[in-house]
Amino acid sequence: MRRLLLALAASLALSAPLCAQDAPSEPSPVAAEAPASGLAAVIAEHKADIAKPSRQSIAPVIAALGKAGPGAPDFLEAWADKALGSRKSDGAIFRVKKAGAGYALFDPVTGADAGEAPRAEISEIKPNAGVRGLIAAALIRFQLSDPDIAKRQAALTALSRDGGPQHLEPLAAAIADEPDPAIRAQKERMLGLLTIRFGTDPAARVAAIEGFGADLGLDFRAALNPLLATKRQAFNAAPEGNVAAELRPGKPGFSAEEAYDLLVAEGRAPARLTRADLRAALEAHIENGAVAGIPLADLDTPARRDAAYTALEGAGAVPAAATDDEVAQSVAAHRYADIYAEPDAAVTAAAASALKSVSLKVDAMHGADLALDALSLASIYFLAAIGLAVTFGVMRVINMAHGEFITMGAYTGYVVQQHISDYTISILVALPLAFAVTFAAGVAMERLVIRHLLRRPLETLLATFGISIALQQLFKNIFGTQARPLTAPEWLDGAWVLNDIVGISYIRIAIFVLALVFLGLFLFVMNRTRLGLEVRAVTQNPSMAASMGINPDRINMLTFGLGSGIAGIAGVAIGLFAKVTSELGADYIVQSFMTVVVGGVGNIWGTLAGAALVGGLQKGIEALNPSNTLAAQTYMILFIIVFIQFRPRGIIALKGRAAGD
Amino acid sequence: MSGLLEVSGISVTFDGFRAINNLSFSIGAAELRAVIGPNGAGKTTFMDIVTGKTRPDEGRVLWGERSIDLLRLDEAQIARAGVGRKFQRPTVFEDQTVAENLMMALKAHRSPWRVLLWKPAAADHARVEALAVQVGLGDSLSRKSGELSHGQKQWLEIGMLLAQEPRLLLVDEPAAGMTLAEREQTTTLLVELAKTHAVVVVEHDMDFVRRLNCKVTVLHEGSVLAEGSLDHVTANQQVIEVYLGR
Amino acid sequence: MTQGFLSRNPSVLIFLLALSIFTLVVTVLSNAYGLDLVSTSMVKTLGKTLCLCLIALAMDLVWGYMGILSLGHFAFFGLGGYMVGMWLMYARTRDIVLSSAAGLPMTPQELNDAIATQIFGVVGTSEMPAVWAFAGSLPAQLALVLIVPGLLALVFGWLAFRARVTGVYLSILTQAMTLALALYLFQNDSGLRGNNGLSGLQNIPGLAWAGQDRLSVWFLWASALALGLGYLAATFIVSGKFGSVMRAIRDDEARVRFLGYPVEGYKLFVFTLTALIAAIAGALYYPQAGIINPAEIAPIASIYLAVWVAIGGRGRLWGAVLGAAFVSLVSTWFTGGRAPDLNLGFYIVKWVDWWQVLLGLSFVLVTLFAPKGLSGLVDLLTGLRPPSRRGAPLGPNEGALQEREAQE
Repeated sequence: MRRLLLALAASLALSAPLCAQDAPSEPSPVAAEAPASGLAAVIAEHKADIAKPSRQSIAPVIAALGKAGPGAPDFLEAWADKALGSRKSDGAIFRVKKAGAGYALFDPVTGADAGEAPRAEISEIKPNAGVRGLIAAALIRFQLSDPDIAKRQAALTALSRDGGPQHLEPLAAAIADEPDPAIRAQKERMLGLLTIRFGTDPAARVAAIEGFGADLGLDFRAALNPLLATKRQAFNAAPEGNVAAELRPGKPGFSAEEAYDLLVAEGRAPARLTRADLRAALEAHIENGAVAGIPLADLDTPARRDAAYTALEGAGAVPAAATDDEVAQSVAAHRYADIYAEPDAAVTAAAASALKSVSLKVDAMHGADLALDALSLASIYFLAAIGLAVTFGVMRVINMAHGEFITMGAYTGYVVQQHISDYTISILVALPLAFAVTFAAGVAMERLVIRHLLRRPLETLLATFGISIALQQLFKNIFGTQARPLTAPEWLDGAWVLNDIVGISYIRIAIFVLALVFLGLFLFVMNRTRLGLEVRAVTQNPSMAASMGINPDRINMLTFGLGSGIAGIAGVAIGLFAKVTSELGADYIVQSFMTVVVGGVGNIWGTLAGAALVGGLQKGIEALNPSNTLAAQTYMILFIIVFIQFRPRGIIALKGRAAGD
Repeated sequence: MSGLLEVSGISVTFDGFRAINNLSFSIGAAELRAVIGPNGAGKTTFMDIVTGKTRPDEGRVLWGERSIDLLRLDEAQIARAGVGRKFQRPTVFEDQTVAENLMMALKAHRSPWRVLLWKPAAADHARVEALAVQVGLGDSLSRKSGELSHGQKQWLEIGMLLAQEPRLLLVDEPAAGMTLAEREQTTTLLVELAKTHAVVVVEHDMDFVRRLNCKVTVLHEGSVLAEGSLDHVTANQQVIEVYLGR
Repeated sequence: MTQGFLSRNPSVLIFLLALSIFTLVVTVLSNAYGLDLVSTSMVKTLGKTLCLCLIALAMDLVWGYMGILSLGHFAFFGLGGYMVGMWLMYARTRDIVLSSAAGLPMTPQELNDAIATQIFGVVGTSEMPAVWAFAGSLPAQLALVLIVPGLLALVFGWLAFRARVTGVYLSILTQAMTLALALYLFQNDSGLRGNNGLSGLQNIPGLAWAGQDRLSVWFLWASALALGLGYLAATFIVSGKFGSVMRAIRDDEARVRFLGYPVEGYKLFVFTLTALIAAIAGALYYPQAGIINPAEIAPIASIYLAVWVAIGGRGRLWGAVLGAAFVSLVSTWFTGGRAPDLNLGFYIVKWVDWWQVLLGLSFVLVTLFAPKGLSGLVDLLTGLRPPSRRGAPLGPNEGALQEREAQE
């Protein structure tokens, strides 16, 4: 890369008229060996030009000043800042400062006091914007080599904002002596970008483009895109210029109408009569309820209106409009092409191929970003659905109030934050408290309602729905309908950013970790504890489990409490990034159902797979149609309905007789 | 001889447990056959496969003169093809009357449109009544079948089986929960039926099987262990070991 | 056998009589045709309630008699409303556009564009979406009232039943279906005006001279007629062998298969048929409501439908009608702000805020303690008792009747 850039700098120098002779041999324009008196001499030599600078002629002067040794940057700065003046009597240049009725004069090189002069003696030097631009470009050279690293950085930042062709040479010259490797890399990159945009040698620009490879930086793409801008043009003969693509009217993407519109826009053909114009023209010529002898009532078809207009044309009442035949003729008589604004074909070809490989890589990165998004959504669904899956697996009960338990968890977090102002502590308190609150609610619901509807899953579904609407309204009555804040601690603000494309917010990472923790916890409880053993026994064969001395009522109660408790924790997690309203849980409940249905019951891995599928699918469909998240959900549900065709019992289903076939 | 039902080489596995292992079985159009075997021998799974409830992993089940592949049909199609089944536990529609149960089972068109527009003719009512009398439920026609005793439900189910007019009857433990007299009656009925139908009886009760006086197939661990008359199979040393437990 | 049909189903006569008397009384009390004791908005509410009774009837067929707890029947109701609403809106807008036209008469294209601009301006487009191709024709749109929901039910049912999805799985799947439809309609580019929905449906093109007073009574008559016919049809379906098979499928569908009945075919038949009934109810409902938007199709509406049927008592046609009428009217009364506040001394219960809590909890209580719902009261009065089977349900299916729901 570096070698390439040096070669590039060299070729640049060869082509740049400003420094044709000395840039290769004299890499440092601020070489210390320049004589101290040099600047004064140069100033004296060019005093007339300095006093009355013009954009056309000043370049050699600025170049000479720039090479004149120490003090030059200060002088140039003063010049650009309109802090110089020339003495009318001899044209000598001074730094001037208003003092009383006159000016205080200072030596332009050393800044030493040079006395005073009355106002009439001195004319202030006010270079125009063009000249100031040239001076600034010359100054950049010094700033880029300034001993102060902050100044160099600032100069680079300024360049990235509005670099121009005049910066190419100073930037190339400032690379070799750069001591700081990071700044050096930045300089090289900037030189490449500026070369792509403003270079005059096509070979150098192509080399610069290729030097970037498939760089992901936005600045690289920003440099490439203007090169590939095209303009659609019509030609009498073969298209001229750097042709991007020749177009044939009537082919997809370029209709004959568009072709004619282009001809009209370029003034090559007369405008066609629009329907609105036609109507207006006819209405302007209504006489006695008829236009050109055709009664008004008949003018309700396009054909009759055309006839009327032709009649008016014949009478000379309206200007002639292009007929369809004429339109077809003019369209056929021309050729059309998209022409690059950039004249050099080699550059555009290199830019196009670079952009293509970049966009391939960008797509891959977008894919990675999408995967992260999907992962985080999947962990949310997993957290929301795991409780549902547990209760469904063990008790064959769909808890319609599960969403309200999620809401309950979120409100618990909100209430805790009302009392504990430190967000970190409040979240740490809220998580177990939310679990406790929803666990209690779940146990109460199991004992009061669900236990009495054993083996009646549909009735349970409806009864829990009753609880759901009652709870939802209760939340509204207590907390109001407006959204309540549940604020994440500061260390969860911000995002983990990998590059310009891939990034994920810390909250989502935290939720992912939370989901992992719960997966681990769940696996531990299920596979390593007595409770887990009993739960699995009840899941697989309740009556057998009961006859082995397991109390299914107790297991059901605990499972239900556990499932509800996890819902509460999920509520806190969801509340951190979503609005906490009474409908928070309801927004997630159907997706949770989908997760359970898709994943299959009685197996945590099924829930995990279901969450991954539902989350991934939703994000994937959203990516295909980013403007429309509603459509994404629609299609996701349709997919699931079809999916059920092939795996009616979910991804991971209980097999054999235990499945109750 | 070409049988009504030809089962050849079927196997089925539940979660690694081989319930049926390379089982072959065949029965003629008018034959009575008893299937016996210890618990878990695969008797019920065998019936599940024939009636389409369970799909075997391999093997073939051919039906009738035109050798229709039953494995390609669903339960309802198999039933319409002429396979009737009586379950181990009596399963009747408890919220409906005896007459409704029988009327539903009565051989007729089964498609929704035909059923919607179907009106019972006098002959149908007579047939239902006759069936009810035959199974001893003549005065219970308008009772909800849920109120019947266990034995009466067994009889109702046999009545429904008869109403279907199947060509093959799969009867799972018909004598369970019946009095001695009822068993006698059942035996007579089955033997009578076997003169015109194929009848497969799965039974535990050896006395009952002996009274049927027919060819016996002994199942063990999912395959046929022995076949022949009851005396022949009970003399078989292997059968004695695995089944009679001596 | 017609005379046999009525004599075997005496409740039909009672029901039809009650419905006729109700309609007659409302007509006599109405503003347009009588004493002006019942306001036009009340007539509309009653007419809408009759439509809700009709869809409750459909729900009872599919759930009470067939055991399929569909949580998606309001999708069909809403689609029926949308189909009729498209014609109402198109035709009315056409009248408005034509009456305001000046100068040249419009070409068909201009007319179409002007209507599209009027209708779809709110969603930022002036193109007539393809789904509105038949909106100009009343007969076509009325046919679509049946075709669109019928096809949806047919395709969805075929997919779901073929895969033998049953029980709560099926309930959730139907819920997903209605949610998918609602979300689709919420989009602005769905072609049905997104969340704005269709509005101004109470103005019937060509009948503006009649005024809302008379229109409301006419719609009441139409709704009552539809409900009466629906009740007759439903009774016919459930009373014969078909009904017997339906109830058998509800209690033990595996056994029905072994009798040779194509259970999936029956489910599909009933599901689609009830979807059609629901669509007709919706097509009558929304011209009375005046506006339809996708929120009407949201899953919650369909669950409320199940609540009505459960509170009325499932497995009996009149129970479903009773439940829908009772709950929706009481609901209107409570949420309309006309119910007096309840002063508990320490807290004043405003029913607008607390009605849902009351409904939810009473629904839980009904499910727990009175599975027969309101019709249990009627049983109590007429001395019917449930069978005593020590708590066992009547079949192994999830949708099977409970012991307490059955009659001896």
